Amino acid sequence: MRLTEGSAGARILAFGDYQPSRVVTNDELAATVDTTDEWIRSRVGIASRPIAGPDETLADMAVAAGGKALAASGLSPEDIDLVIVATCTPEAPIPNTAATVARRLGISAPGAYDLNAACAGFCYALASASDAVRAGTARHVLLIGAEKLSQWVDWTDRSTCIIFADGAGAVVVGPVADPADAGIGPVVWGSAGDMADKIYIPDRNGFIIQEGQAVFRWATTALHPVAKEACERAGVDPAELAAFVPHQANLRIIEAIARRLGAPQAVVADDIVTAGNTSSASIPLAISRMLERGELASGAPVLLLGFGAGICYAGQVITVP
Amino acid sequence: MAMTDQEILTGLGEIIDEVAGVPADQVTPEKTFVDDLDIDSLSMVEIAVAAQDKFGVEIPDDQLKDLKTVQDVIDYVRRSGASA
Repeated sequence: MRLTEGSAGARILAFGDYQPSRVVTNDELAATVDTTDEWIRSRVGIASRPIAGPDETLADMAVAAGGKALAASGLSPEDIDLVIVATCTPEAPIPNTAATVARRLGISAPGAYDLNAACAGFCYALASASDAVRAGTARHVLLIGAEKLSQWVDWTDRSTCIIFADGAGAVVVGPVADPADAGIGPVVWGSAGDMADKIYIPDRNGFIIQEGQAVFRWATTALHPVAKEACERAGVDPAELAAFVPHQANLRIIEAIARRLGAPQAVVADDIVTAGNTSSASIPLAISRMLERGELASGAPVLLLGFGAGICYAGQVITVP
Repeated sequence: MAMTDQEILTGLGEIIDEVAGVPADQVTPEKTFVDDLDIDSLSMVEIAVAAQDKFGVEIPDDQLKDLKTVQDVIDYVRRSGASA
C-alpha cells in the first residue's frame, strides 16, 4: 500500500477573530438577576461580554473569523483541504458546522468535521490539524473555535449567566519543510470522565450547570503540571515564554495557574475581562486580539492550555505568526 | 514531630499572603476569613489546596465551608495530624 508523504512540521500561518457587536455589561445583568458589577469582577474577572443577536448563528461567527484568518494567511480558498470547527454549541447534531462554513467561504470539497472537547476543543483540534499536516493527510487546515453559548445559558441563573459569551477565533495551519521552523509543539492532553457531572447540560432543553467550587479546585490543582509538561515536551523553559494563554474560564483560575507555572516574562492573557468565557473560541480569540494590539512579536513562544467540561484538557506550545 | 499551633499559624500566614495578598502579620487566630480578612470562597479553596501541599492535610469542600476563623483551620490541621 502506498502511504502519504508528510511534512517535517506544522505551524500557524495566521489568526482571525470575530465577536458579536452587542455587548452586555455587568450592570445590565444586575438589573435582571441578583448580582453586582463588583461581585462579578472580583469572582470571575469579567466586565462585559459580547452576546450574539437572535439571528446571528454559530456558522455566521465561524465564517467571519475563518474568513479573516484565511485572508491574513495570504492563501486562497482552494489551498485549504481540511476545515475543522471546534465547538460544543452546534446549531444541531447534523449537518455539522464545518461543511457549511467551508461552503460559505468558497472552500471546495475539503475534509470537514466538528470537534467537541468543550473548552479544551481548540487545543485538541490544533493538535489534530498539526498531525494531519505532518502526516500528509492535509496540507492547509482552516481551524475555527466558535461558540454560541448564550443559547445554552439560563439567564435567570446568576452563577452561570455572568460567565458565558459568544464569539469565534480561527487559525490557518500549514506545513514547514525544516523541523526548526515548526511552530506547534507536542500536545499534552487528557480527560477525567469521573468529573463529567461537574459541568454539563442535562438534556436538549436544559442549560449549562456548573459546580463552580469543585471545578475551581480541580483547575487550580491539576492543570499547572499539564502546562509544565507541555513546555518540557516542546523543549521550551517556562521562563522563555512570551505569553501564557489559558482558556479564558475565570480570571482567578488563570491567575492561580499562572502563579504555579512560574513564567515571569510571560504576558498572561486576560481577554476574559471583555470577551467573557467563550469555551473553544477563547484561546484563538485572545491571541488574535493580542496580535492586533501588537503585544506579541512574530515567532514568540506562547503556551496554550485548554480545559473544561468532560473533563477534558490539553496544552501545547506554539509560536505566533 | 507534630506541628505546634504557632508553626501552623506561621505556615498559614505565608499561604494567605501568597494567595490573597493579606500580610502574614495580620493573620491572627481570632480573625474570620470573610469579614476580617476579606477572603472569599474561591480564595478559601486556594488556601485549602496550598495547605495540602504545605501540611499534607486534605481539606475537602464540605469541611472547608465550616472553617470560619484562622483558629478553625489551625485546629483542623492539628486534628488531622499535620507533621513537619
